[in-house]
Amino acid sequence: MKKLMLATALLALTAGASMAQTVRMGTEGAYPPYNFINDKGEVDGFERELGDKLCEMAGLTCEWVTNDWDSIIPNLQSGNYDTIIAGMSITDERDKVIDFTQNYIPPASSAYLALTADANIGDGAVIAAQVGTIQAGYIAESGATLLEFATPDETVAAVTNGEADAVFADKDYLAPRAAESGGQLVLLAQEVQLGGGVGMGLRESDTELKEKMNAAISAMKADGSLNAMIKKWFGDEAVVF
Amino acid sequence: MFAACIDPKSIEGLQWLMCYLTTGKHFDFYWSFLTVLTLLAITAPVALAFGFAGAMASRSRVLPLRWLGKGYTGMVRGVPDIVFFLFFVIALDQGIEWLNHQVQCPDWTDPIRQGLEFRVCPEAKVPLGSSPQWMHKLYGFGLAILTFALVFGAFAANVLYGAMQAVPRAQLETAEAYGMSHTQVFRRILVPQMWVYALPGLSNLWMILIKATPLLFLLGVQDIVYWARELGGAKTSIYEYPHGDWRLYYFLFLLVFYLSFTRVSEIVLGKLTARLSRGQATAAGEAMRKAGI
Repeated sequence: MKKLMLATALLALTAGASMAQTVRMGTEGAYPPYNFINDKGEVDGFERELGDKLCEMAGLTCEWVTNDWDSIIPNLQSGNYDTIIAGMSITDERDKVIDFTQNYIPPASSAYLALTADANIGDGAVIAAQVGTIQAGYIAESGATLLEFATPDETVAAVTNGEADAVFADKDYLAPRAAESGGQLVLLAQEVQLGGGVGMGLRESDTELKEKMNAAISAMKADGSLNAMIKKWFGDEAVVF
Repeated sequence: MFAACIDPKSIEGLQWLMCYLTTGKHFDFYWSFLTVLTLLAITAPVALAFGFAGAMASRSRVLPLRWLGKGYTGMVRGVPDIVFFLFFVIALDQGIEWLNHQVQCPDWTDPIRQGLEFRVCPEAKVPLGSSPQWMHKLYGFGLAILTFALVFGAFAANVLYGAMQAVPRAQLETAEAYGMSHTQVFRRILVPQMWVYALPGLSNLWMILIKATPLLFLLGVQDIVYWARELGGAKTSIYEYPHGDWRLYYFLFLLVFYLSFTRVSEIVLGKLTARLSRGQATAAGEAMRKAGI
């Protein structure tokens, strides 16, 4: 009986080897409209649609996996999944440890969200940001006190319950939050340009996959379908290529 | 789920709530309770087995075995749980893949460690990159059970070791006088009597184990705390059921769940203590004898 179970387990483990290459797409699932878990419990959002399209164009079978933002790079390196497609901005710092495809979202603005339009965001202010983001890095170097949270939602909650004076994040994430807060939260006028746009993160040794993805992104940029997709998810004012 | 839920933005009140609570995401939440209960149901006996083996090794007459037992309890009890959960699991996972790599790809020439990357050949990945998601989940769950069992087994080993030492020497001597061998004394006299001494310590461990299940999230298993945080977070209208910050309600629900679970455990453990004390040469056993129970 034991042997039989072991044999089936081994068979199940090896059966996959003969199938086509599956690319495991790692995302956070908590950053709408980039990526989020919809009410059916599936990964949804701009990056889901884009990722599925890119995989289709590159002839790959893709599977979606969610992972905490905090450990999203280490888990890519240890091979738990093959790509990071989670609204991750291309920065020199990250580029040292992983590779990026060309950007699929042009460099966009980061903005502040606060309770009032005249909220203090300079010296002495407490600004919430998600841990390990370029926004958190920016705040740490400014005069303000940085308050870090594990998920984007918690950063906004910190402002509503008075823990922080403002939250600093991608404008595309904050704009819907402000619009639907019923006037409680306002986007500040000041915007900051950070990073080199959003790209797909890959292991440095995965050059083949990187080329395939780059080719697919180029094709989507060329035929305008990427711009259409950006507009669909981020609104007509979104920055396009 | 219900026909009325097709367009959630047009419904209101109780019906909206009904639809909201039966979304696929909520079913994931409900399932995660089962995940946690399954974990407990498997981990508890496995940890007890680890503990039993550890305790037996600690009082073994063979020196290396004794070192092993003492080393296991000493090491694991001394390391903070969270370090164990973060470090040990990754090390174990990579260890398994490394071994598998040696077997499957002996001709592989690239270094396995490339800077921060850990790269074994694709055939040696456990589970394979191409295997379906449920297999990855099952593997993660298995690692979680093993880690929990190892950690709690070390504590249980110490409890059981103490309990074995607490059984009155006179009981064992009497058995020896009857001509029983060491194994027989252990099996017939020591083990049946030690449980009553071990139970308070073990019940503590069980309670701590229940409350330690949120550590599952560190291991990538989506447990009830993960889902409560995810579902409770504010939702904009990109979701079908937008709502404000409802984390308070979800966490209150978890509070009720954990409190009722520990309460039920307390009652069951209380009954078990009474059952095990019967006829024992302990104060509780003596009190029961006098009361005529």
